[in-house]
Amino acid sequence: MGTWIFLIIIIAIVFWAISAYNTLIRMKGETQNAWKQIDVQLKRRHDLIPNLVEAVKGAMEFEKETLESVIQARNQAVKIQADASPTGGVQALASAEAALGAALSRLNVVVERYPDLKATTNVGQLQEELTSTENRVAFARQLYNDTATTYNVKQQQFPWNLIAGFARAEQVELWEITDEAERAVPKVDLSMKPKDE
Amino acid sequence: MSAAGNLFEQQRANRRRSAVLVAVFVAFFAWVGFGGDLAYYLFTLDVEDGAYRHTVPWMGLVTTAIGIVMAWIAWQRGPKQVLWATGAWQLLDPNTLEEKQLVNVVEEMAIASGLPKPKVWVVPDRDPNAFATGIKERDAHVAVTEGLMKSLSRDELQAVVAHEMAHIRNHDMKLMTLLAALVGVIALMSDGALRMMRFGTFGGRRGGGSRGGGGGGKKGGGAGALAVIVLVLWLVTLILAPLISRLLALGVSRKREFLADATAAQFTRNPGALADALRKIEDAAAPTKAIKRGTAHLCIADPLGRRLTGKEGFLATAFATHPPMAVRIARLKAMAYEYEKTGVIPEEV
Repeated sequence: MGTWIFLIIIIAIVFWAISAYNTLIRMKGETQNAWKQIDVQLKRRHDLIPNLVEAVKGAMEFEKETLESVIQARNQAVKIQADASPTGGVQALASAEAALGAALSRLNVVVERYPDLKATTNVGQLQEELTSTENRVAFARQLYNDTATTYNVKQQQFPWNLIAGFARAEQVELWEITDEAERAVPKVDLSMKPKDE
Repeated sequence: MSAAGNLFEQQRANRRRSAVLVAVFVAFFAWVGFGGDLAYYLFTLDVEDGAYRHTVPWMGLVTTAIGIVMAWIAWQRGPKQVLWATGAWQLLDPNTLEEKQLVNVVEEMAIASGLPKPKVWVVPDRDPNAFATGIKERDAHVAVTEGLMKSLSRDELQAVVAHEMAHIRNHDMKLMTLLAALVGVIALMSDGALRMMRFGTFGGRRGGGSRGGGGGGKKGGGAGALAVIVLVLWLVTLILAPLISRLLALGVSRKREFLADATAAQFTRNPGALADALRKIEDAAAPTKAIKRGTAHLCIADPLGRRLTGKEGFLATAFATHPPMAVRIARLKAMAYEYEKTGVIPEEV
């Protein structure tokens, strides 16, 4: 009788371990998936910027500095993105992208000063694209952070932490916003409405 | 996340409800047929030899088959039916800035919710409203009216789309699409059966039961009484079915509006925008003409312009497809306040 109970307990533990292992693997996959989504959206953002700069360049000869800083921030972000992954370099990428975001909103403020420029539909479309891209990055980041937090917490909790080693679960970095100002206003508003600041 | 438990529970509950709905629907058709057969059989039990005796329940077999086919069609074609009924056209190639914006907003919300991108439809109607339909997550549809695109700001449009995506993720739209398709069929069915009754399918036979009861003694009398009971039950079901199915549709949809509002706030992290959007939609509440009674419960706001959504109280609550707008807005405002204070979207207010 005793051996039977012992056996049943062993079997129950084995079953639990298998399902816990699978849960951790699934969550790892989800985290990587969410990261890929960020990657896609960042690439979209980086690809859009040369077009935007091209469209406004002609009318903004004397705002070279603003344009330069956007292009520089973009190139920096592209470089850092190349070797960032959930387990390393997330924070560096986050701050590079935050810098790019800041440069873009400066550019947007400048564009607002040129009513003629804004009136051309091309720029209007590009601004909508930019707004959407900023939102996509923000939402991809939000999904990644939620997924990654769940994953991080799970693998530390007892008794899942016993299995974490087998499942090669590692703590992943969150995409944290370093800029306090951006934290206060989570969405970059680049819509065509005039801002009352 | 804490929201996940609630979500999976909701998804499971919705799957179960969808299955129950289809089962009840087929059972209703079976009852309409077999109940009729039973009453007919009992009435013709004691007729003289040579007269027609109803022994093969062909009515039941036919109606059950029809019920199964109808449920299958609703499953397969429900979303298309719903979209077709509103005259919506699919936005494939966005040209204007507004259309581009709509497509972008839908893609953004697909990212935020982690769902595949749904197809985008535009309903040619000036009243602002929106709905989601579809049976599978992979084949979901979000439709908004032209009025919605015109009157809402980008953030508000995003909030409304988020609300619709929330219906998709909570598996509400499957249940609600099936309801929309099946409630319509039940109304037709009950109408048709009652009309057939009036033609007197049973009228001529009614005497047969009592005549048989007189001659056959105790057993025959029991059959006659039973037949009357079955017939009455059968009639009552037919008369009440449309009303019950409508109340069911309404009850099912009211509860999930609150949850969809909360989930939308999780997606956008901007509950205030949804509150503003709901206010604008409510203020413009002329009836959305393109959207008929059968699909009302799918929409973000009651499209029929019934003022019931403005009231609270038992009757208003039982017959409204949506909870009172003021309550929804108040809840969202409370969420916005909480979010501003703590930086966390509360799951429930």
